[in-house]
Amino acid sequence: MFESLSDKLKSTLKNLRGEGKLTQEHVDAALKEIRMALLEADVNYKVAKDFVEAVRAKAEGQEVWQDLKPHEQVVKIVYDELVNLFGGTSSRLVFTKQIPNVVMIVGLQGSGKTTSTGKIAKWLADNQERKPLLVSVDVYRPAAREQLRVVGGAVKQAVFQDRETNDPLTLVRGAMKHAEEVGYDTLIIDTAGRLHIDDELMDELEKIKAETKPVEVLFVADAMTGQDAVRSAEEFHKRVGITGVVLTKMDGDARGGAALSIKQVIGQPVKFVGVGEKYDAIEPFYPDRIAQRILGMGDVLSLIEEVQGKIDETEAKKQLEKMTSNQFTLEDFRAQLGQMKKLGSMSKLMKMLPEQMTGGLQMTDEQSEQVEVQLKGTEAIIDSMTKQERRDHKIINASRKTRIANGSGKTIAEVNQLLRQYEQMKKMMQQMNRGGLFSKLAGSAMGGLGGGLGNMLGGGLGGMFGGGSKPDFDNSYDEATDSLSKRLKKKKRHKKRRK
Amino acid sequence: MAFFWKRNKDKFSTSTLGLDKSIEELQAQEAAVEREFGVRFNKAIAKTRDSINNKLDTIFESRKQIDEGFLDELEEMLISTDIGVSTTFQVLDAVRKGVSRQEIKDLDALKRAMKNELLGILHGSKAKGVASETEVPETIKPYVLMVVGVNGVGKTTTIGKLAQRIKMEGNQVMICAADTFRAAASEQLEIWSERAGVPIIQQKQGTDPAAVLFDALKSAQARNADVLIVDTAGRLHNKSNLMAELEKMKRIAGREVERAPHETLLVIDAVTGQNGLEQARQFTKVAGVTGIVLTKLDGTAKGGIAVAIAKELNLPIRYVGIGEQVDDLMVFDPEKYVNGLFN
Repeated sequence: MFESLSDKLKSTLKNLRGEGKLTQEHVDAALKEIRMALLEADVNYKVAKDFVEAVRAKAEGQEVWQDLKPHEQVVKIVYDELVNLFGGTSSRLVFTKQIPNVVMIVGLQGSGKTTSTGKIAKWLADNQERKPLLVSVDVYRPAAREQLRVVGGAVKQAVFQDRETNDPLTLVRGAMKHAEEVGYDTLIIDTAGRLHIDDELMDELEKIKAETKPVEVLFVADAMTGQDAVRSAEEFHKRVGITGVVLTKMDGDARGGAALSIKQVIGQPVKFVGVGEKYDAIEPFYPDRIAQRILGMGDVLSLIEEVQGKIDETEAKKQLEKMTSNQFTLEDFRAQLGQMKKLGSMSKLMKMLPEQMTGGLQMTDEQSEQVEVQLKGTEAIIDSMTKQERRDHKIINASRKTRIANGSGKTIAEVNQLLRQYEQMKKMMQQMNRGGLFSKLAGSAMGGLGGGLGNMLGGGLGGMFGGGSKPDFDNSYDEATDSLSKRLKKKKRHKKRRK
Repeated sequence: MAFFWKRNKDKFSTSTLGLDKSIEELQAQEAAVEREFGVRFNKAIAKTRDSINNKLDTIFESRKQIDEGFLDELEEMLISTDIGVSTTFQVLDAVRKGVSRQEIKDLDALKRAMKNELLGILHGSKAKGVASETEVPETIKPYVLMVVGVNGVGKTTTIGKLAQRIKMEGNQVMICAADTFRAAASEQLEIWSERAGVPIIQQKQGTDPAAVLFDALKSAQARNADVLIVDTAGRLHNKSNLMAELEKMKRIAGREVERAPHETLLVIDAVTGQNGLEQARQFTKVAGVTGIVLTKLDGTAKGGIAVAIAKELNLPIRYVGIGEQVDDLMVFDPEKYVNGLFN
């Protein structure tokens, strides 16, 4: 769909290649493209303008690194600048000793406040050992309070209710008192959605704030918001003082440029990112991920090229066909593992995948070793199966499991775990299949190959480590034109330099 | 814009057309409705209009002539309405041409040129044909209207308003609560259905939406309902399994009622940015969207993305939501919208 910035810059700067310095000409042409990319990602036009100027100042006259093409260098400057602007991650909410600590959730209608309230409550309970109480003061939208009650039930957190009153302030007071009495240390207030032009409702927010003195006021913003994002954030900030931003619906394919705009204009950090319908689909904010997304990059390409070089192409094609026709057997699973080993160490592989795919997993060398040991074990288990078993895992009953476990020197539990993983993966592939992903990818042999393996890594392995997110394959695979080795070298240098 | 919903007009035409009134009286009545609509619509998008107008005026005042610097500022102004980079360029090109041909010399001419360009886009999408109640013969019942969109754009509210309006015009309306996913979605719709006094078909959370739809279709046929409005769960357009679910619903509808769904409306929030295009693209692919409902136009957002959608995908804007009240859902009128932006 979108052309990545990197590709656009490449074609723009093609004719200007081969100089030792980024010239004025380079920079001008590049900045124009960058501005367009930002605008298409819904970055506010004023913010985009300022940003482009900041990049100009950095880019002009800079020495071109050896072996880095001008467009690559510009992308790097832009990317670094974006990451820099977003700042570090600070998802932990800071609480005081006061009981209860109040967290107010505010935002426009339909931005995802109630769902976020539930997610944040669960996050705080799971990660910061808080005991939250939820209350909805949205007395306007039909069934809004009912929705929070259901959400609260789903995340197993207490919800304060008082059907007697339709007054937000009475509700808040009641909730505060209840929290004090029962000992909930955190009160999360789900406020009514509003259009910020509504003075009356803004007044109400101010009153609730005065009454509860919240430690955090989190502004929920939809990642799909356009140019208006800044205005609403500004207005909320002016009236109630935002302390952080929750960016929702990032599991969609919006670029999320609004995040940059809001951060720039109100100066408050993005603290959480909503990435799915499930209540644990909330993540801390990673600047590098959103920077990549706004710019439409991802280092998937270099990985694919590496894969391309090392894997026997016909073998991979055969497997792709099998996956597509949904006959992904344990034998194929075993073959995939073998191929993965050819690629080298896991930690290296993980570094190469964009973070959306690995779920932000970073691996130290020890961890990588551990995983490799695990993989070896997995291979051993599969090797201990008969051919029949490998082709149809359903026939593996208790006595077969005992034999396999003995044969591979593993426990029955480990055998069970492997079968579970395999089944999950198979299911996932079926789903992807239905979505038409494979049929699309199969169009180009190389693309298909990368996609197939990428899924293995992103979904299969991520699942194995218990933290995988669904791989994101919006990037187009057809455009891998540069020679493999060059890109790889570049990639490694990037890593070193960043450290 | 005297009527909202055209189908079944003649059923109650004797009373509503007022055969007892003179032509002058009728015209006056119509004009009053028209004015009132215009007034409210203008009020709703006043914020939008003010900022565009003021900006244009200030830009022009500080420069006194249309040069490259002026066009740069104009570009920023257009971008800020979310109409997208390519629509912006189209408008700018038209302005540039007009300037070089000496046709645009003052602010009024400039505004006129921009207006024409935007109107051209909006009319272009309408020329392709608008799926609506007038296209479907009365013998096919119920008229199935499916409402789709991403999460939080105002689908349920839109349905509540639509149901009430269509019922007020003498049609028997039913609602199908096929959003079985979001907590309390069904309850929210139930409240709307009570307000409107129309029956609602629902099942417990987590039921297969296609099954709910099937029930609703059967029930609507049994009760001989004129219109069935189908609420669907909000879904991000890149979730293939959810989109497949929508496809299934469409299939079921078509199997039970000839040519159904007769109309599929994609609801888009006026604050949506460039991702709206992708939404429209995906939903059209899967659910065969026939028109857009632009909601929450009463904020400061300009809803320019609808113009971009009209341009790129040829999808007409059918209705706009400009407030919380039931009759704040209106039939979209390109002239009024564009005039509202500049006058």
